[in-house]
Amino acid sequence: MVNVMAKNMDAHKQQAGKSQPFLVFDNVKKTYDQKNLVVKGFDMQVEEGEFITLLGPSGSGKTTVLMMLAGFESVTSGDIAIKGQSINRIAPYRRNIGMVFQNYALFPHMTVAENLAYPLSVRKVAKAEIDSRVVASLKLVELDGFGGRYPGQLSGGQRQRVALARSMIFEPTLILMDEPLGALDKKLREQMQYEISRLHEQLGVTVIYVTHDQSEALSMSNRIAVFNDGVVQQCAPPAELYERPSNAFVAEFIGENNFIDGHVQSISGDQAKVVTPGGETVVAMAGQGLTENSGCRVSVRPEKLFIHPTSHDHDNEVTAAFITRIYVGDFIRYYFRLANGSEIIVKVLNDLSAPEFSEGQDGRLMWLTSDCIAFPV
Amino acid sequence: MPEATSVTPDGLSREDARNAAREYRSRRWRAFLFVVPLLAFIGFSFVAPIASMLYRGVYNPTVASLVPETLEKLPSWQGEERPSDEILSTFALDLKRLANDRTSGQLAEEVNRALPGSSSVIKSSARKLRRVDDSELANNGAAILIDANAKWAEPEIWQALKKTGQVYTAGYYLTALDLENDPDGGIQRRETQIYVKLYGKTLRMALIITILTVILGYPLAYFMANSSSGTANLLMVFVLLPFWTSLLVRTTAWIALLQTNGVVNSTLLALGLTDAPLEMLYTQFSTIIAMTHILLPFMILPLYSVMRGIDPSYMRAAMSMGSPPIPAFLRIYLPMSLPGLSAGALLVFIISVGYYITPALVGGTDGQMISNIIAFHMQQSNNWELAAALGSLLLFLILALYWLYDRFVGAGNIKLG
Repeated sequence: MVNVMAKNMDAHKQQAGKSQPFLVFDNVKKTYDQKNLVVKGFDMQVEEGEFITLLGPSGSGKTTVLMMLAGFESVTSGDIAIKGQSINRIAPYRRNIGMVFQNYALFPHMTVAENLAYPLSVRKVAKAEIDSRVVASLKLVELDGFGGRYPGQLSGGQRQRVALARSMIFEPTLILMDEPLGALDKKLREQMQYEISRLHEQLGVTVIYVTHDQSEALSMSNRIAVFNDGVVQQCAPPAELYERPSNAFVAEFIGENNFIDGHVQSISGDQAKVVTPGGETVVAMAGQGLTENSGCRVSVRPEKLFIHPTSHDHDNEVTAAFITRIYVGDFIRYYFRLANGSEIIVKVLNDLSAPEFSEGQDGRLMWLTSDCIAFPV
Repeated sequence: MPEATSVTPDGLSREDARNAAREYRSRRWRAFLFVVPLLAFIGFSFVAPIASMLYRGVYNPTVASLVPETLEKLPSWQGEERPSDEILSTFALDLKRLANDRTSGQLAEEVNRALPGSSSVIKSSARKLRRVDDSELANNGAAILIDANAKWAEPEIWQALKKTGQVYTAGYYLTALDLENDPDGGIQRRETQIYVKLYGKTLRMALIITILTVILGYPLAYFMANSSSGTANLLMVFVLLPFWTSLLVRTTAWIALLQTNGVVNSTLLALGLTDAPLEMLYTQFSTIIAMTHILLPFMILPLYSVMRGIDPSYMRAAMSMGSPPIPAFLRIYLPMSLPGLSAGALLVFIISVGYYITPALVGGTDGQMISNIIAFHMQQSNNWELAAALGSLLLFLILALYWLYDRFVGAGNIKLG
């Protein structure tokens, strides 16, 4: 990942025609009130055809980045370039960037076909070609025959499809999606995630996607940029983000995670020996910036923890008091308390091996070194 | 709730249906009780007066009740020469009675409207007939009447009497449209055209005022709808401020501004823009400017409430699709704000068509509108029937405009909030 970035940076410096990245954010900053930066030096390189997700809690600056890219917000400092050309001073309507909004922004006084034809008629495309492209576009999103309806007569999912089709019909260089599935219910959301992925693959278009929903980000993206407080915490493919978070924020934000406070005894290679509050010693992967003889937090995912007795491999073991267990269906969630009072959650598959505990009873939790990371405090 | 009363195959027993129907009835009854006070108030203060106004415009019993016996016999008269002696004698008796009851003046006033100059004829004849004996009038009334005034020998005054003696008449509506009955029973234009011209002027002024409020109100409403709620609330206070000030105070403030020695003229003179003060007060100009000021909130409020509901993402979407701001505004934002715009325009137009106080105070003769003439007929010329006819026509005019609007724009497009 770091290598890829470095390569891209080199390419950027060379400004070599074809090898330069498709979209470059170069130290982009934004302030609204002339005092506080909402986006603090955003750098990113996007290859053509990539599906990039900007993920972060609300107020983390991800939507601001999108708005600057679309041209609806000015860039305070830094540069945004598409194909080596700065777009900072290009008006939004000349950027040729398609956009899907959370509320779809379908024009209520126009039919679906008129909505789809709008970007083409603005570009003075011939009437016959508009008609054929509208038909093709409706077919693409599986809404054949819906052209004569008004947006108000469509369901949420159908509106979403029309909005997608409209953002793509004029063959934009880039498509931006601002929490496009936020207004849909869970089942429809999953369906539309699949739909968006399909369209992305089929058309090979570059997509910048903003969301605060991590499952959406993980299932659709080539790469995810995790935002917090105006800074990108980590930009990596989904699996890397989940398996090897680069800091505690990412570890906590992506998926569910347990944190065990501890003290670093020694570091050898990429592994660290950590003493837990209960006096037990565990070995964890050393996170960036970890130093010996200092506090740390060891993160381990609930599904990587096993309760003794177990047939799974394990390197580490701690003892914790059982609190309660919650039946979820396919999983059972066990709640334990460590010696220092912090809670630990264990996710166990709902099969015959799911153990029984009485309250306060001690259980032994075990896991692999490669499944836990020690982050500096 | 039809399913409550009919028994569905898989459902309601008769008792269930009865219970459901009873509950439905009591709910309807309770709902009705909530609106009864309003209905009563509207009936009493709105429907009844308008109905009586419509009725008054065609119903005129005064003359018929003053000289009933004459009018009973008049239908036998052909209308070309003077009526028969018998009719004249009957009228002479009627007139004597009126003279003694001191109500001959009413008759004179009514007939005079149909035939100017006949007021003095009736009044002087009545004075002379007062002392004549009844039996003599019965025998020789015609001669005595003609002796009292030679006009009674001519058919015109009798035609006027016959016309005003009709209990139900379209005459006032004809007058209100600058038309009159010709002697042959047809309809012709009156020589003096007053009211149609005035209606035209009223509509023109209302249109100008509506356009001015749109020009002033639309950008402000747009700005308010797209600014932070703090700024919008502050501006809203300024918009509503005129509402909280007395109408009379606002109008007289315009008098202070616009009069010959007023603020505007002295400023213009001091700046050397004019040599002599401009005549701005008591003109159409002053009426239009004052009414625009007064009616502006009626335009801004519906516009603002509709624009507030238009998400900024629509304009952004249009621009992201390649449309420059102005075409995007015309094609996307304007149609979406149309419900507010049409509601505001309709409100301002209808209110200004019937506006009274501002034209009365600052309009002079030039800036008079139709409602001022209606008021004139009610207060000064005491011709309530004509006032009612003019008012009813105004009502019909507004209904017709509303119908046209509904036809071409659609009343469903009106949105006040």
